[in-house]
Amino acid sequence: MPLPKLAVFKLASCDGCQLTLLDCEDELLALTGAVEIAHFPEASSTMAPGPYDLTLVEGSVTTPEDAERIHTIRADSRHLVTIGACATAGGIQALRNFADVDEYRRTVYAHPEYISTLATSTPVSAHVDVDFELRGCPVDRRQLIEVITAFLAGRKPDVPDHSVCFECKRRGTVCVTVAHGTPCLGPVTHAGCGALCPAYHRGCFGCFGPSGSVNLPALIPLLRRDGLDDDAVVRYLHTFNAPAFDKELSQ
Amino acid sequence: MTHRGSRVLHVGSLSRVEGEGALSLHVHDGTVTDARLEIYEPPRFFEAFLRGRSYTEPPDITARVCGICPVAYQMSACAAIEDACGVSVDPVIRDLRRLLYCGEWIESQALHIYLLHAPDFLGRPSAIDLARTHRAEVERGLRLKKAGNSLMELLGGRAVHPVNVRLGGFHRTPARTELRSLTEELKRALDDAWETVRWVAGFEFPDASIEADLLALTEPDTYAIEGGTPAVLRANGTTDSFPVRDFTAHVTERHVVHSTALHSWLDGRLHLTGSLARFAISGRLLSPVALEAAVAAGLGDPREGTPCLNPYRSILVRAVETVYAVSEALRIIDGYEPPAHPYTEVPPVAGVGHGATEAPRGLLYHRYEIDADGIVRSALLVPPTAQNQSAIEDDLRRLAQRAISEHDPDDDELTALCERAIRNHDPCISCSTHFLDLTVVRTSGESTGGRDV
Repeated sequence: MPLPKLAVFKLASCDGCQLTLLDCEDELLALTGAVEIAHFPEASSTMAPGPYDLTLVEGSVTTPEDAERIHTIRADSRHLVTIGACATAGGIQALRNFADVDEYRRTVYAHPEYISTLATSTPVSAHVDVDFELRGCPVDRRQLIEVITAFLAGRKPDVPDHSVCFECKRRGTVCVTVAHGTPCLGPVTHAGCGALCPAYHRGCFGCFGPSGSVNLPALIPLLRRDGLDDDAVVRYLHTFNAPAFDKELSQ
Repeated sequence: MTHRGSRVLHVGSLSRVEGEGALSLHVHDGTVTDARLEIYEPPRFFEAFLRGRSYTEPPDITARVCGICPVAYQMSACAAIEDACGVSVDPVIRDLRRLLYCGEWIESQALHIYLLHAPDFLGRPSAIDLARTHRAEVERGLRLKKAGNSLMELLGGRAVHPVNVRLGGFHRTPARTELRSLTEELKRALDDAWETVRWVAGFEFPDASIEADLLALTEPDTYAIEGGTPAVLRANGTTDSFPVRDFTAHVTERHVVHSTALHSWLDGRLHLTGSLARFAISGRLLSPVALEAAVAAGLGDPREGTPCLNPYRSILVRAVETVYAVSEALRIIDGYEPPAHPYTEVPPVAGVGHGATEAPRGLLYHRYEIDADGIVRSALLVPPTAQNQSAIEDDLRRLAQRAISEHDPDDDELTALCERAIRNHDPCISCSTHFLDLTVVRTSGESTGGRDV
């Protein structure tokens, strides 16, 4: 029986999420025994055409070419899973969505006319149907293995959508907000990192995007109480998952 | 048959690098008249959206330029902003930064050696395929890479985009026992790094030589990683240096039509940063075990001052640097005493700051202008791959020319040669690009159109 075919594609991103797959050192060779790596340019010169059984997509849609390409990738994929904040929410480059992209182009490039780009950075799900979205900037290695394993076994991934606070309690970390008055997005941020930042004595900065149940009107007064002014609150929410938190703000 | 007629060929993508680009090679009557590495990474506009952010944010934000070398971005950002605010950090903090950086060097160099570069020397498409016949070697490479990641995870929280770095130092500094817990794994990594040197020393290396000035940071008594003074070793053998604040007076960027990465020149000449440059300029300052490794790798004794200029042999230098990074990590952990405070306060001061550190792929420069309220007014990031792009193109042009003059290779062979020539330089293409289409335009007399193959 042929092995299921795995493909990895990249749009606008930093490569960190696909690198996370290569960072699964202990599982990598076992994984390559369970799937055929059909298309993963960063790791292999072998590039087999689709269809693919499981496709992982990293990165957001920011160019007319990628807006086309994602449809081809979707058509070639039995299951399409997007990995990381760029692919699931537009990523840090979605800050252009709140600005004038032509002015950005003129700021960075001497010849803006050479640069082809869209006015927005959008998640893959804004363009095609997606079977599963794995959050994080970057994604968590253990969750990535869980998602791949689940799809290969034909079951739903066990990736809860509760907040970082649940993980923080489980980890036994003293609450940085309660104990030290440190601003923290843990109460509104999707779990998955293992509550890293509070364990390192800093507030969560929301790199996994909003959790399944977000109450920003309750959190914002706490952020203000702990010393953030209006601009700082906006900056805090407008980082790696800006459009996703923005949607929560407007609801 | 001869391959000197007119044609165009496209190679779908360059693999085993991080990025997308295209290469066009113009051949006229057997002479390569133009070689361009065309870069098509979607622009992400970091320098634009950093404006208006708090001066505390660039370390976390710019890490997202590159998932392969986030620590380099965090360290250059901290260095530049601390420079603007006139703050120097405690020597213990500087050591810890160096330690975190060693973790990145180990994982990044091991990634390149084993997963991206070695398959070229063994004629294989990937390390995954290589594992069928060389499983012990691939497992060793993964184990070595994992040791670098373990260091980054303990000190930084995670291997990609660590969370523990902040202006002035760290959010939390580890206890002595926490760092000590890494010693066993790192001792094993030192053996693995040595075995790596022996393994790659047995590869076959084509003759080649770069013809570019070399640029690397230097420190008076150590192999520069997390800071230093830019020094230039000219192709004619002379050396000079300049302060980091003068970086943009010497390294000028130009925006060319075929690239979303800006190209740069050093005082109007081609230059190269990265392992070959560091080794040529500071090799004599490597640790004793890394000096031994250089000799074992066949690079000679760096204290005698013979640089390695063959880009194919850069894998040897990366292996030696990996030995060095592991030995440095062990040294720093061994002497570590936790500082009184995890960070130095960095109050905002209106002004401009400059910072440069040595990413695995070469010198990474940041400049920020901040106002009295600590808001970023302008930002400039000059990544190593953008600096190296022109030198890589020059390398491609000369290697392709030599092959065409010597034995007139067919398209497949020429493509493979160009791909190898690019991988030699370990381009971090997320900072700049991601697909390589090879276009060879061959003309004789009248120029004619091409075709896809």
